[in-house]
Amino acid sequence: MKLLKFVARESIIVDLRAIAKEQAIREMVGSLHETGRLASNDVESVITAILGREELGSTGIGMGVAVPHSRHPTLQRLVGTVALSRRGVEFAALDGEPVDIFFLLVSPQNQPGDHLRALENISRHLKDERFVSSLRQARSQEKVIEVLEKADQGTL
Amino acid sequence: MVAFLRPRPNEPTMSHDPTVARRQVEITNPLGLHMRPANKFVEVALKYQSEIRVHYNGSEYNGKSILELTSLAAECGSRLELEARGPDATAAIDALAGLVNAQFHEEHEAETSGK
Repeated sequence: MKLLKFVARESIIVDLRAIAKEQAIREMVGSLHETGRLASNDVESVITAILGREELGSTGIGMGVAVPHSRHPTLQRLVGTVALSRRGVEFAALDGEPVDIFFLLVSPQNQPGDHLRALENISRHLKDERFVSSLRQARSQEKVIEVLEKADQGTL
Repeated sequence: MVAFLRPRPNEPTMSHDPTVARRQVEITNPLGLHMRPANKFVEVALKYQSEIRVHYNGSEYNGKSILELTSLAAECGSRLELEARGPDATAAIDALAGLVNAQFHEEHEAETSGK
């Protein structure tokens, strides 16, 4: 499942203000709401669900990357966002390092296949140094979208 | 003095070579090998000295890398081959196969909307 099939372009953040886990998640979920991808009523419960998942084990998988995610009963379709942090966020990552690249994912309750495929796609690209370093160098939403497009096309 | 080498018999899939162990497993978690079970797998794999590889769909993945395991995306019903190479290979395979067969203990966790 291509990245731009589920990443909501307008919600992409290139300069995350938060430096702590909860605030970072609030900011990303807030962005999905502001760009019409999540209903107001669902914002708090999505944040709670994502934080709950983090309690089971940080999605900060190391090397400055995190993939916070949750399923949510009100979603019909997978939605995600990308956020970059210039300052680094304290995320209890597996290697203890701050996180500067986030892929946040919210999935419908009963589509495990889509959820896995999105996660697979994100992970596969994150294994590619050019993808990660291109994201780190992006200073605008357009630039991030360009990186995602190239990754989807295999032309990075 | 005549020295001769006896040819090695064909190795069965469950290798008797103490430094290599392999086992086929099936993912039976309804949600497949998503991040949390992948994480548990890595946690167990890291306890062993042996190199751990997971073979799936013609590709090979490093069993000690969370990023590699999450890029596997094995759905429920997928068959994987686990391979360990090293002094504790058999123990590693036993532990890892045990974890997979126990559905990564997912039923013990409260059903949250996050996974």
